[in-house]
Amino acid sequence: MTAVAGLQELFTRNLRQSGIYIAFVAIVGLFAILTNGMLLSPGNMTNIVLQYSYILILAIGMVIVIIGGHIDLSVGSVVALTGAVSAVVVIRAGQPWWVGILAALAVGLLVGAWQGFWVAYVGIPAFIVTLAGMLLFRGLTLQVLNNVSLSPFPPEYQRVAGGFLNGFLGGQGIDVFTLVIAAIAVVGYAVSQLRSRRGRIKYRQTVETMPLFVLRLVLVGAVVMAFAYQLARSRGLPIVLIILGVLVIAYTIVTTKTVFGRHVYAIGGNLSAAQLSGVKVKRINFWIFVNMGFLAAVAGVVYSSRSNGAQPAAGNMFELDAIAACFIGGASTTGGVGRVTGAMVGGLIMGVMSNGMQLMGVDQSVQQVIKGLVLLLAVAFDIFNKRRVGASR
Amino acid sequence: MASPILEMQSITKTFPGVKALQDVSLSVEHGEIRAICGENGAGKSTLMKVLSGVYPHGTYSGTILFEGAEVEFGSINDSEDEGIVIIHQELALVPYLSIAENIFLGNERKHRGLVDWNRANSEAADLLARVGLDELPVTPVSQLGVGKQQLVEIAKALSKQVKLLILDEPTAALNDADSEHLLGLLRQLRQQGITSIIISHKLNEIAEIADSTTIIRDGRTIETLDMRSGEVTQERIIRGMVGRDLDHRYPPHESHPGNEVLRIEDWTVHHPTQPQRVVVDRANLSVRAGEIVGIAGLMGAGRTELAMSVFGRSYGSHITGKVFMHGKEVSTRTVSEAIDHGIAYATEDRKKYGLNLIEDIRTNISAASLRTLSRAGWVNGNEEIKVAEDYRASMNIKAPTVMALTGKLSGGNQQKVVLSKWIYTDPDVLILDEPTRGIDVGAKYEIYTIINRLADAGKAVVVISSELPELLGICDRIYTLAAGRVTGSVSRENATQENVMELMTKERDLVR
Repeated sequence: MTAVAGLQELFTRNLRQSGIYIAFVAIVGLFAILTNGMLLSPGNMTNIVLQYSYILILAIGMVIVIIGGHIDLSVGSVVALTGAVSAVVVIRAGQPWWVGILAALAVGLLVGAWQGFWVAYVGIPAFIVTLAGMLLFRGLTLQVLNNVSLSPFPPEYQRVAGGFLNGFLGGQGIDVFTLVIAAIAVVGYAVSQLRSRRGRIKYRQTVETMPLFVLRLVLVGAVVMAFAYQLARSRGLPIVLIILGVLVIAYTIVTTKTVFGRHVYAIGGNLSAAQLSGVKVKRINFWIFVNMGFLAAVAGVVYSSRSNGAQPAAGNMFELDAIAACFIGGASTTGGVGRVTGAMVGGLIMGVMSNGMQLMGVDQSVQQVIKGLVLLLAVAFDIFNKRRVGASR
Repeated sequence: MASPILEMQSITKTFPGVKALQDVSLSVEHGEIRAICGENGAGKSTLMKVLSGVYPHGTYSGTILFEGAEVEFGSINDSEDEGIVIIHQELALVPYLSIAENIFLGNERKHRGLVDWNRANSEAADLLARVGLDELPVTPVSQLGVGKQQLVEIAKALSKQVKLLILDEPTAALNDADSEHLLGLLRQLRQQGITSIIISHKLNEIAEIADSTTIIRDGRTIETLDMRSGEVTQERIIRGMVGRDLDHRYPPHESHPGNEVLRIEDWTVHHPTQPQRVVVDRANLSVRAGEIVGIAGLMGAGRTELAMSVFGRSYGSHITGKVFMHGKEVSTRTVSEAIDHGIAYATEDRKKYGLNLIEDIRTNISAASLRTLSRAGWVNGNEEIKVAEDYRASMNIKAPTVMALTGKLSGGNQQKVVLSKWIYTDPDVLILDEPTRGIDVGAKYEIYTIINRLADAGKAVVVISSELPELLGICDRIYTLAAGRVTGSVSRENATQENVMELMTKERDLVR
């Protein structure tokens, strides 16, 4: 009775989702060739991770905001504000590094609660609330910093974004610890996939054919191990990659497997229907923004750590990169559609392109033009796809 | 009679995987009113879209002759240039523009590139007089009721020198008086030589107004009946539509009411934005287990407002009164409280308020019961699919899997998804608001059967409907509402169209 889906069916059914992965692979391949392999060199791959981690962290929160049918224009300013608070606490007041991090996270939660209050309970559109927030929190950043930059952070704080875990298990030129962690991750992925497959079979649902299933696991495993191998040849496992990995896994689960996540999709898909189904819309909207504030604070800590200080202009335009990542990753402008993994791939596409073009020495102005076009094309492709699916019915 | 104004010859239209129209032929005489009947999904709308150029020439096979000449429409504009105007079920008016602006939208009365408002307003006034609408041309459309908006649409069609007017479900959202006016207008237009094609599920209207009726079933024209003789009965049309005899339009059912489940006392609701306006006025009613109770009332009587205000105060302001479940007073301040107390409400507008159309059947069925399906905030996805599959089977939802998007389903199947969602919350009382609106005859019968099954399972069922025959056919008892007040409670044995209608139209003063 268990139906089995073939390769073609999977492809056509998921073209919307798989399209983005195909595009990602193509872009990586393209830039690998254009940069004579420099893109995939150990040092550069480490760099990409360090350079775009905070955008990816923001994109996680942003995609949830967007699925809920909102937008958040203030995250760049919140990144600056939380980083500034942390710098004031650690550098100016001489508190330990972790106090600074806690202070930043607390400010992020407060900011989120503030915006959530106006959006959810007063009913002001998020576009307005966060546009106001963008100005408000940028201004507060300047106030907190007295218009001057603060640096440097103590070494422990710098490790958040610049640190590596390596050398625990030795290895000559290749960090074994990194490979072991990656291997554990791959095995964990395989086990969870297998368990979910078993569950689906038990409930008589469609699953991939066994060879296809194995092929997928092998493919994912190979990519992860190759990536880890390159990291291992460089400086080991970046701490920020661990933070990012934990966040991605946690929020993928939150969006797909929890009642909260399902309610977010319900609100974005049809607000009135969600309300009449007993979804506590105000409460959900409030927490969407609290969560965004929290993740913006995490990004603020990572960014301040990476830039080893707090600047008044930190985080400028980050909101646009985060929003672009979500839309390239298949989120819908009208809400109700989107995935955390999609937003991650969307962010990586932007990251790989910027990085690749930098390596090639492409002028900054041309880079902007190309990034703009990619965003436009990605959404155009999405709309085209929807029409195609719509017409085939 | 003269030559036909329209001839569609062996039209075939295929979508990938589906033959929507197969060798359909249709011939309409000059100046007649032609009704087109068929179940939902039979191909009526597709045929009209082919005719009006929504599906451009080349995407279908077959020929269309209009006024004797072959036409090939590439878009709606082409067909409108020939005088073919289609008025869709969902009205296409801009709410904040005036009547005149709407009438001439895209067709502005210009003088040297600038809009000539004097001419536009005076021509609009002439058109309004023709359709019998007593409003100023400068009135914003948003201030008009649905019935009047419908007339504006027709005035708009007239402004385009319409020869063939196509109306898709024109009276679906209208009350009886507005429907009557609209049908009268169509007769009047017929005298002026305008041909009409009307798609409708309301067979009594068709019997009243149509000169002939074409029946479409499964993408084919089955037959065209001449209605002028007056011998064609509604049963005859239904037989053609479903391809079999429907002995009873309403499944036979005998209720065995038990204890009282829901009681509402002195329920008063004010308008949400105009608090001085009383929408529901001291309403009292009660429903027993296993009983099917109807709520009848004209548009604006407060039927939906009553139901929605009880269901988590989803409508209105300054709400006072008491709700009792099983004899105990309960609070239904929020929707989740109402659900917890065993109340379910399936809305009259399933697309707008009932379903998440961009999500699949599974997600919609579980939407109100995620707590049942989850432990500590974690949704059991496999169990969820199993539940949804069970409902797909037991409710006969026609879709390949529960992963199909609800937006792609027909009206009847969408309604079954909505019902599944509420039945899965395991309520004691189900309030069904217009459960069969916009649904074809076959699916209606299925919905009635489901309602009977619910009553047999001991649920209290409240059915709100603007179709009196439906209430008379399925309810054990009918409450009548007029201007926000309960004006009567009529048992099945005593209920006739006439006495229920009389209670529905009872004047305010007489109630006291």
